[in-house]
Amino acid sequence: MKVALFATCLVDTLTPTVARATATLLERLGHEVVVPTGQACCGQMHVNTGYRREAVPIVANHVRAFAGAEAIVAPSGSCVASIHHQQADVARRAGEHRLAADAAELAGRTYELSQFLVDVLGVTDVGAYYPHRVTYHPTCHSLRLLKVGDRPFRLLRAVRGLELVELPGAEQCCGFGGTFAVKNADTSTAMLTDKMANVLSTHAEVCTAGDASCLMHIGGGLSRLRAGTRTVHLAEILASTEEAVTPNQTTRPAMSV
Amino acid sequence: MTATVPGPARTFLGLPTAPRGVGHLRGDESFPDAARTALRDGQLRANLGHATSTIRGKRARVVAELPDWAELREAGRALKAATMARLDDHLEELERQVTARGGTVHWARDANEANEIVTRLVLATGASEVVKVKSMATQEIGLNEALEAVGLDVFETDLAELIVQLGEDKPSHILVPAIHKNRAEIREIFARTIPGVDPGLTDEPRQLAMAARAHLRERFLRARVAVSGANFGIAETGTLTVVESEGNGRMCLTLPETLITVMGIEKVVPTWRDLEVFLQLLPRSSTGERMNPYTSTWAGVTPGDGPQEFHLVLLDNGRTAVLADEVGREALHCIRCSACLNVCPVYERTGGHAYGSVYPGPIGAVLSPQLTGVEDNASLPYASSLCGACYEVCPVAIDIPSILVHLRSEHVEAQEKPNAEALAFRGLARAMSNPRLWHLAQRASRLGRLFARGRPTLPNALPPPISGWTRSRDLPTPPTSTFVESWTREHGR
Amino acid sequence: MSARDDVLSRIRQALGPDRTAPAEVARSYRGAGAHPATGAALMDLLVDRVEDYRATVLRCSPGDVAATVRAALDQGLGGGWAAGDVVVAPGLAQEWRPEGCDVDDDRPAVQLADRAASVTAVAVAIAETGTLVLDGSPACGRRALSLLPDCLVCVVTADQVVGGVPEGLARLDPLRPLTMVSGPSATSDIELERVEGVHGPRTLMVVLAG
Repeated sequence: MKVALFATCLVDTLTPTVARATATLLERLGHEVVVPTGQACCGQMHVNTGYRREAVPIVANHVRAFAGAEAIVAPSGSCVASIHHQQADVARRAGEHRLAADAAELAGRTYELSQFLVDVLGVTDVGAYYPHRVTYHPTCHSLRLLKVGDRPFRLLRAVRGLELVELPGAEQCCGFGGTFAVKNADTSTAMLTDKMANVLSTHAEVCTAGDASCLMHIGGGLSRLRAGTRTVHLAEILASTEEAVTPNQTTRPAMSV
Repeated sequence: MTATVPGPARTFLGLPTAPRGVGHLRGDESFPDAARTALRDGQLRANLGHATSTIRGKRARVVAELPDWAELREAGRALKAATMARLDDHLEELERQVTARGGTVHWARDANEANEIVTRLVLATGASEVVKVKSMATQEIGLNEALEAVGLDVFETDLAELIVQLGEDKPSHILVPAIHKNRAEIREIFARTIPGVDPGLTDEPRQLAMAARAHLRERFLRARVAVSGANFGIAETGTLTVVESEGNGRMCLTLPETLITVMGIEKVVPTWRDLEVFLQLLPRSSTGERMNPYTSTWAGVTPGDGPQEFHLVLLDNGRTAVLADEVGREALHCIRCSACLNVCPVYERTGGHAYGSVYPGPIGAVLSPQLTGVEDNASLPYASSLCGACYEVCPVAIDIPSILVHLRSEHVEAQEKPNAEALAFRGLARAMSNPRLWHLAQRASRLGRLFARGRPTLPNALPPPISGWTRSRDLPTPPTSTFVESWTREHGR
Repeated sequence: MSARDDVLSRIRQALGPDRTAPAEVARSYRGAGAHPATGAALMDLLVDRVEDYRATVLRCSPGDVAATVRAALDQGLGGGWAAGDVVVAPGLAQEWRPEGCDVDDDRPAVQLADRAASVTAVAVAIAETGTLVLDGSPACGRRALSLLPDCLVCVVTADQVVGGVPEGLARLDPLRPLTMVSGPSATSDIELERVEGVHGPRTLMVVLAG
């Protein structure tokens, strides 16, 4: 299958290793990966901060960049949720009905990574090896908007060497929420503190999730505490094998790619 | 308190919002500022954490028990939507039916008008005191202050409202207004304020409840006028409904000669049969019980049973302005169960006072700004991480996150001059809609590497708004190249 | 313009000239008659749910109601009660009444607070939620009767028991003053923990006949 990879603006700019791992994984599973160079952002940050009019050309750019793609995969539940639930609506409200139709049509071919692996490719054992104690944070938009359910758990349980430990209070938000983390920095920090306390209580080496943004938040907090527990994106775990443990993982800040 | 200040903001249809200077829909400070203070209160955090986790567990158990919860929820949503679409007809029918059964219906455009009507009705009875059933609508309009201003004594009879009133505090939760107080704090308030209370009073909840019983018993038996709210008003029969637990509601609805009920216009329900949906959704969502201890219904006046004079005050106070917004009007579907507060990670940490309105939590963050006009509560739509837990538990499926996002846009679009944030978002939008500009912008972000000076994370001290992040979290140093760049380098276009 | 006309005209303005007709409400939830429990299972469900509220249920055969009401009063009032402590609904079946008890009349309602217990019938009992509904009929009495005495004894007959809320409401007359009672009065206002017994009767005894 020919898969178009949507890196997402945040991953592409700040944690490119996550997109790289996604591509590596899909290629290892025998699929052709293409990376449209015209891609930028899904528009979610603008919409969620109140700039829905400004988001319209961003949506248009996204639709242009991925036009004609057979399947689009992104390593981010939150961006895929925005593509599914916001893009067409934003365009329609602006009177751009053609764009709305195109965006809705594109959304039908856009998948979050774990959903793509389990539902479209029909695999749960991707042949990964990751000999670490790991806890999984089900990010809000993956959990409640995309309803990815137990798919990430099924993928993680099939990883050789991986010890999966349950995260207490898993379904509580980490406090990221895009610009919420800045506009309501104190409340966001209070939520993060509780999330970190739960992560640390598991004594896991690694906290993983399907959203780089939430991981940047949790990882940024753990790093500030010098906690030692690191955050690694699900794609990076699934891309790791005996032969090649993904070398530069998210919280080892990507000094080079 | 009742001074008339400049006229209310108006919506795009010109429908008036709730007036300023009366009632409790606006706070003194913005949400982030109020939250900052609340977050430092360790006792508050502990009380809220304990109470909300208790009620979350109870709700989850009794909801899981019903095999048709999803169908009930969908019926509740659809019933509310259908009611709003013909709100005028249902209200006129309600008025006809209540009047036919011996009640008197009054209409109030806003808080001031409602307060005037109730005050006039109470004074006409010659009574000097009023007993009250917990009611969000009367809290919203500041009725107690209005009645006290003419020299009437007002007694809140719900236990939590009593705690708030005796403690000269403000309510912080829709269902449990004193949720921010623990048993020790409540004991202290009772020991200090209830005349003749047993000096050996302990903090055992049962003992505290008994102290409230003893304190209010005499007042119930001598009360001549009661004021209540209503959970539902059934148009086809004129039947009013109050859902409660303690029996204080029954005392107020049954013993006085005169009953005055203040009901928001959105609380009308078309038919008696519709209650079969709401009476299953509400108790399980609010107190986590299969059914609340007492539900009272009455239609007008019943000779020989209960008050012989009944007044229904129908309150607008900004509700029609909410109705005019096709996205936001869903907030009027709320049945005040407070499930969204109990699951909200923001509410659980800041408590209700930070919202500044009698309607706190997620539903408050969409309701208050619409009732007052967004600019009077501009920080509330942002008081959410959009985690969606509220939508998941809402018994009538109000899509609160989508309304929050909608109101954020209403706020942004109401600004006449763009501020720094707006300029930044516009610039970013231009870049994100043009690949060439976007790649330039991404390269520019690499300037952050200069600040990092070879370290893996950026320094803590950065200018606002980034400082909001770096105060408590590290920010990774941007990489030397983006993924798309390096991929394109390797694979060609 | 009157406030009434003003509010109504605001609503019409808010909904606009071409308001969408309300969609048909799909009632795909379990409606009246759809509850699976019947017969003995239905009775057991009611008992289970009422007892869960920490009310007491005494079961008896239809011919044994009077003795069971007395037993309920023994238990609820702690024995040694006098007939005059108990007030019953004016329409309560003669054969159910404790001998010599007080019968409610048109005295001022607050005087009912002087009685220790009241005995009433019910209109409907909803098994799934453990709810008894009193409808202000002579057998159930006026609302104050089941409110002011601290111990309430309700007599439920088998034919009054229904499965779920929809069946219960379908049997009731919304024009009557209704009181739905699910256990003794209670509050969750202190730390959201349920405590039984506030302003309403602190003791609820249910006599289930049949």
